[in-house]
Amino acid sequence: MAEHLLEIEDLKGNYRGIFGIVRAVDGVTLTVESGEIMGLAGESGCGKSTLAQLSSGSPSPLLHYESGRILVDGIDIYKTDPEVFRTEVKCKRMSYVPQASMDSLNPVKRIRDFVLDVVNERSSKKPLILRIRDLSRARRQSLKKEALKMAGDHFEKLGLDRSVLDRYPHELSGGMKQRVVIGISTLWNPKLLIIDEPTSALDVTTQKRVIESLVNLKRIGIIKSMLFISHDITVLGQLCDRCAVMYGGKIVEVNRMDDILNKPEHPYTRMLISSVVSYDPTRMGKGGLKSIPGSPPDLRNPPEGCRFYPRCEMCSDRCKSKNPPLKPVGNGVVACWRHDG
Amino acid sequence: MMGEEMEKIVQCENLSKTFTSGLIRTKCCEAVKNVTFDIEKGEIVSLVGESGSGKTTVAKLILRLIEPTSGRVLFYGKGVSSYDRREYYRRVQAIVQDPYSAYNPFYKVDRVLEEIFGLYKNGSSPEKRKEIISSTLKRIGINPEEILGRYPHQLSGGQLQRFLIARPLIINSEVVVADEATSMLDASTRAGILNLLLSLKDNEKISILFITHDIAQAQYISDRVLVMQKGEVVEQGPASEVFLDPTHPYTKELFSSVPQLHEKWDFGNITQDPADKSQ
Repeated sequence: MAEHLLEIEDLKGNYRGIFGIVRAVDGVTLTVESGEIMGLAGESGCGKSTLAQLSSGSPSPLLHYESGRILVDGIDIYKTDPEVFRTEVKCKRMSYVPQASMDSLNPVKRIRDFVLDVVNERSSKKPLILRIRDLSRARRQSLKKEALKMAGDHFEKLGLDRSVLDRYPHELSGGMKQRVVIGISTLWNPKLLIIDEPTSALDVTTQKRVIESLVNLKRIGIIKSMLFISHDITVLGQLCDRCAVMYGGKIVEVNRMDDILNKPEHPYTRMLISSVVSYDPTRMGKGGLKSIPGSPPDLRNPPEGCRFYPRCEMCSDRCKSKNPPLKPVGNGVVACWRHDG
Repeated sequence: MMGEEMEKIVQCENLSKTFTSGLIRTKCCEAVKNVTFDIEKGEIVSLVGESGSGKTTVAKLILRLIEPTSGRVLFYGKGVSSYDRREYYRRVQAIVQDPYSAYNPFYKVDRVLEEIFGLYKNGSSPEKRKEIISSTLKRIGINPEEILGRYPHQLSGGQLQRFLIARPLIINSEVVVADEATSMLDASTRAGILNLLLSLKDNEKISILFITHDIAQAQYISDRVLVMQKGEVVEQGPASEVFLDPTHPYTKELFSSVPQLHEKWDFGNITQDPADKSQ
C-alpha cells in the first residue's frame, strides 16, 4: 500500500485586503503518494501557487489559512508546534521552492555563504548568535567545512560543479541558479519537494537540463516525491506520473498523466489541452488550435454552481446551480455533472 | 522558394550590431553578426533561439530603435533611415511582450487607439473615429462594448494584447514586428492571439516578424524560420523543411529539448552543461 506523503483535505485559503476576500483555494482535496511525481496544472489565477504556499506552511502575508487539513508525512502542519514544524518538517520532510526562487540568492554573497546561512538556520534550535559565541573557532571551522563538503557533494548530484560554491550569483546562468536553489532546498533529503514553476523563466535547452536534474534527484532517492506546478502541460507531461488540474480555486480533475493528455474527461481539461501549442516535428499545416473563450472567474465572488460553466460548451441547468463534487471516473476523479451516474 | 513573384518588403543585409561598454578597457559584445534575410509580403517569418541569441536586437534594428554597426535594413528597397520616422512607424509597427506596460494605467484603454488619429489623421470627426475603432475591433474578434471605456486593470492580458493588435490594422501597417508577443499570456489565450496573427496574414496581407523562444509557437505560425545562436543565423528556410529536417547541430539540439505533448523524453544519465564546467 502506497504511503501518502502529502494529504490535503478540504483546504481553504484566502487573500484578505482592501480588495476584499479572494478565495483562491476553496476546498481542495489532494494526495501525493510516496514515489510519485504529481503535476498541478491550470491557467494563471486558478490557485496553483496559492495551494503550494498553503501546503508549504508559510503563506505570504496577505494569504490566510482558513480551514482544512494538510498532513505532511503524517504531521498536521497547521496544528503542530511551530518550532517542531520549523526544525522537523521544513527541509527534512518537505521542501518548498517558490516561484522565481532563484532571485532569492543574495547578490553580494557567494553561494557558499548562502548555503552556510541556510545550514545554520536549519540545523539547530538555538539562535545563530548564541551558537557562535558557544563554539570555539576550530569547531566552527570544522562544522563549516563539513557543511560545505556536504553541499558540494549534493551539487554534483544535480550536475553542478563543486566550484559553483565559490561563485557569486551573477556569475551563474539562469539554469544553474535554479539548480543551486533546488540543491539548497534538498540538502536534507526531504521526502517531498513542492516546486513552483521552476522552468518558466528558462529557455528550452536549460529547461530540459533542470528537469533532468529533478528526475535524477528522485531516481537516486534524495527526494521521494514531488509536487510540480506548471502552467505548461507539455512540461508536466514529460515527468509527471499523475496530474491534477485546477480551475477557479478548485480541483476539477486528477488522473494519470497519460490519461489527462490522451483522454481528458473534464471539459476544462479538454479545452486546455486543445489550446496548447505543442511542437511536433511531423505535423505540418496550420490552424486547429482553439483558445478558451472568456476569462477565469473573479474569485471574490465566484459563479454559483460549477465554476467553469460560463466558459463551458456543454453546460446544463444543473451546472449553473450546484457545484459538482469529485467523482471517480476511470483511473482518476473528475468534478463534472456529466459524469454523475 | 517562390520568391520571384513575391514582393520583398524588409531586407536585412549583413546586419551587425556590436555593443561596447567602457571607455578605456572597452568591452565588446557582438549581439548580431552578419544577419541577412528578408520578409516578403504576407508572410510570417519566425526568429527563434535561446535567450541572449540576439533576436530582440534584430527587432530593434528593424524598428530603427538602434543603429546597426554595419550592414543595412532596407524597406521597399530603400534604406530605413531615408524614411520619415512618422511615416515609417505607420507602416512598421511593433507588438511587444508585456501588454500591461503598453497602457497608461490612469487612462482608459481607448486612448491607445485614439492617439493614433492624432498622429495619422485619417479620421477627423469623433464619430468617425469611434466607428473605425469599433469596426476594426470587430474584425479581430473583440466585442467593442466589452472593452471600450475600461481601464487596463479591468481587462485580462489576452484582451489587452488583442486590443494592441488593432493598432496596426487601423493605420494599415504593412509589417508587424511581434517580439515575444505571446510569452506572457496563458496557454488558453495564447492560441487565440496566434490565430489572430495568422488571420492578419491571410486577410490583410500583413507581413509579420514573429520573435519567440517557443519553438512550438514558431512551428504553428510561421512560413519561414530563422534559427539564431549567439548573434548568428545558423539555419534558415521554409518552416516545413527546417522543422522536419534540421541540419545544423545547434538546431537539432534545440528542437530535441522541446517538450512534446505525446512523446516523453528519455531521461538517460544526467548530462552536464559544458557551460557549468567553464571558469
